[in-house]
Amino acid sequence: MQNPYEPYPVRIDEVTDATEDKSLKTFRFVFENPEDEEKFSYRAGQFAELSVTGLGEIPIGIASSPTEKGFVMFTVFRVGKVTSYLHNMTAGDLMGIRGPLGNCYPWDLLEGKNIVIIGGGFAFTTLRSSIVYMLDPANRPKFKDIHVIYGARNPGLLLYRDELYDWEQRDDIHMHITVDGTDDPDWKYNTGFVPTITEQKAPAADKDTYAIVCGPPIMIKFTLPVLETLGYPHDQIIMSLENRMKCGIGMCGRCNIGKELVCKDGPVFTLAQLNHTPREY
Amino acid sequence: MLAYTDRIKEIARALLTDCRVELVIGFRKGTVPMMNEPCFINSPDEADQLVWDSNCGINLANYLANRTEKIGIVAKGCDSRNIATHIIENKIGRDQLFIIGVPCQGMIDRRKVNAMFDGEVREVVESDGLVTVRGADFEKSFEKSELLQQNCSVCTHRNPVIFDEMAADPVDEQQGVDRYADVREIEAMDPQQRWDAFEKLLAPCIRCYACRNACPLCYCPTCFVDEARPQWVGKSQNPVDVRTFHFLRAYHCAGRCTDCGACERACPVGINMRVFTKKLEKDCFESFGWEAGLSPDVRPPLDTYRPEDPDDFIK
Amino acid sequence: MEMIKIDKKDWNKGLDRSRKTYRLVGPVKRAGEDLAGFYELADKEHPDMGAADTVLSAKSVVYPQTEVMFRYTTDKNSPDCNRLKRPAADYSPRAVIGIRPYDAAAILMLKKNFDTPDYRDPYWCDAYEACTFVGLAVDAPSSTDFSTSTGSGPFSEKGLDVLLVDMAGHYLAKVLTDKGAAYMKAAGWQRAADAKAAAQQIEKKKKAAEALIVSSVSFDKIARKSILDLYKADFWDDVAFSCINCGTCTYVCPTCWCFDIQDESKGKTGVRYKNWDSCMYPLFSLHGSGHNPRGTKTMRARQRFMHKLKYFLDKYDDGIMCVGCGRCVRSCPVNIDIRRVCELMNRYGPDPDACAV
Repeated sequence: MQNPYEPYPVRIDEVTDATEDKSLKTFRFVFENPEDEEKFSYRAGQFAELSVTGLGEIPIGIASSPTEKGFVMFTVFRVGKVTSYLHNMTAGDLMGIRGPLGNCYPWDLLEGKNIVIIGGGFAFTTLRSSIVYMLDPANRPKFKDIHVIYGARNPGLLLYRDELYDWEQRDDIHMHITVDGTDDPDWKYNTGFVPTITEQKAPAADKDTYAIVCGPPIMIKFTLPVLETLGYPHDQIIMSLENRMKCGIGMCGRCNIGKELVCKDGPVFTLAQLNHTPREY
Repeated sequence: MLAYTDRIKEIARALLTDCRVELVIGFRKGTVPMMNEPCFINSPDEADQLVWDSNCGINLANYLANRTEKIGIVAKGCDSRNIATHIIENKIGRDQLFIIGVPCQGMIDRRKVNAMFDGEVREVVESDGLVTVRGADFEKSFEKSELLQQNCSVCTHRNPVIFDEMAADPVDEQQGVDRYADVREIEAMDPQQRWDAFEKLLAPCIRCYACRNACPLCYCPTCFVDEARPQWVGKSQNPVDVRTFHFLRAYHCAGRCTDCGACERACPVGINMRVFTKKLEKDCFESFGWEAGLSPDVRPPLDTYRPEDPDDFIK
Repeated sequence: MEMIKIDKKDWNKGLDRSRKTYRLVGPVKRAGEDLAGFYELADKEHPDMGAADTVLSAKSVVYPQTEVMFRYTTDKNSPDCNRLKRPAADYSPRAVIGIRPYDAAAILMLKKNFDTPDYRDPYWCDAYEACTFVGLAVDAPSSTDFSTSTGSGPFSEKGLDVLLVDMAGHYLAKVLTDKGAAYMKAAGWQRAADAKAAAQQIEKKKKAAEALIVSSVSFDKIARKSILDLYKADFWDDVAFSCINCGTCTYVCPTCWCFDIQDESKGKTGVRYKNWDSCMYPLFSLHGSGHNPRGTKTMRARQRFMHKLKYFLDKYDDGIMCVGCGRCVRSCPVNIDIRRVCELMNRYGPDPDACAV
């Protein structure tokens, strides 16, 4: 068995600003050893530890989709020591990624279902992975209606803007892009908080409709009651959690919520599961 | 001691019955010999839990920082000096506190007693200044003075310096004790000897931070050893980092330390880190005539300036 | 399994003979006055087989407080720049002499964490596999020893390769595994004892030792209570009040396994290491955003007890994550007692065994 703490060496292929305020950047990595890409076989919803020697590691959701080959992509918010350093790295630099880690969205269960993706702010990375995965021509027939409700404080803070606007043009996905507010007179999409837009645009609950919700705590707090009002049962509301992590493989002990470890048993849980655990996230 | 306990219970019960405080912080009987556990009670019925004896060495001022309630607190001499320090440092308001003063005759050194016997000490009882130590196959009585924590044996402030009500009449303060014999021993060493002594002293440290966390002075929201941005100190068992922790912590306590002994008492591996804080305590005494926490109204020397402050260290 | 008689005059000789093929680890005074823990023995050094137990458990033998995982260079001129390399470490056979039965049982609990079907921590596993555990039965359990009620006990064989029983002039060695037999051979201790008589003698001593145990915990009802009920129980503020959130309990504990990973550079080279961590520390669970899901000391103290006495129990269905060594009880600077907390948890709420009326 391979050393689970040893990252695969990767080169930074491209760094782009993900938001206008440059607080998030998107990194494309290429595996130095092509066979490592095979080993790094992931599903949408999983995460990886990005490793910078001398600074440490940071758990980040995988933003690329398993259907995108030749690279992996992560969008990183500048918050601490590792991420600040990472933001100053450039194409060509060598670093490491370790993973894929954690569970994924329950794709086997989700097949044949309507999917409602609800995201806010920079918690859209694994949701992007999921959308790209579902929209792949080989996969699209496996899913029924796809709705995406995604909001940020203002248009400049929406992640993957170009893709969002492209998806908006398609007829096999219902996009509901929103911002809390904007002074852009040409803004073509919604204005309002995610919970409000969810109330207006989310499809009615149905035994075949699952919601995947990722966002800042305040968005989650106000979106869950909306979904409940719409009649979504708690086992059809899927969430992805974050906690402080180190090992990412269920050993170092810090990320637990009750007996579940967010890094290994999660990060994806249904609300029904979370109802039985201490809310220590 | 029994009388102290009864009086503490009475005062605590009255405070809670009259709603003069929301909680009373004191000690309850411990589950192992020579240990009592700090506890709080918030109803008069619980007052019977409270105890006082020679195993109340933990400094209760440690439980006050940043609390917002009205609090009754049991305080021996050193606790009261740390309460005064807390008041100066705005960690608690004088008007929030009802201080139940306890004249203290020193605390038993648990480590010392345990080390005296090969077998396990199963019971320690005290009466009339005599302490009887029992194990499965031994029993021996001592004068309490033989078993005191080292800091207690050289303590010159056994009576609380501030209080609202005393649990007993003040005790006589010890006269003519040599507070700094141990510090002078280290001062007399040459630098290499001193380095070796410190290295040996700190070798067993496991960095559990019990010394820091038992200390009422160590209330920084983020201690310098825990700070990650920037990170000042490594987190491993590297001796350089271990020493950095102890030396810096001691300096941070300069002019504030009351030599309550909580740090040494808390250490699971028996390190007397008081040699560091005491040296600084001695320096403050010699340079500024300062003893920490004797009044809530006088600011400590290191945050005040006086033209006559010694300055011969400036070369 | 085989019973061997080791004359005490052959004890040190045997240990020394075994050094040809084994590195020896045992309880010795190293730093400070205490018998602090288990250390690798120097050439002429022999383990302290006396009555007192070590302040720290034997877990550091397989799980050192600080352990280098990788070395690296950040020198751009080096072809290895920014590549992590696991340094060579000595995993040659090690014999752990004088480990207490409860500490050996604890190592099996750690194994559940570090050697899983999905991932193997190679540092822990390699060290573990290198070890032969030659345990010493406890004749005079301390008053804080509650090991019998946790599934271990003063003569427990769990996790041991050899169990030594002190018979005054000699040890009776119960050889429990092939690893144990190999060590006995290397030490030259091959004098078979009358198996039946030895077993009887050991049984007698075991009964006597167990009879000396004065404390216990009950957790029979904890499994049937819900995590959330226990989590929301009303006693946690009282339990945690005195807690100063130091790491003593977790560091002296043989079953606490939590760790941190840190990079540390000096100039252009550095190491990534594992370091014991503690759920008592605020930093343990602090998010980058500043949010802390276990932001109060009550939450942190609760986490420790819930992990040991409930989460582990529910997750593995194999008892509590505690072997009853009593170290945390003895070392806690403020006398928080896991026996009391276990009792509070076991008694909390409606009794699941109560008759319905």
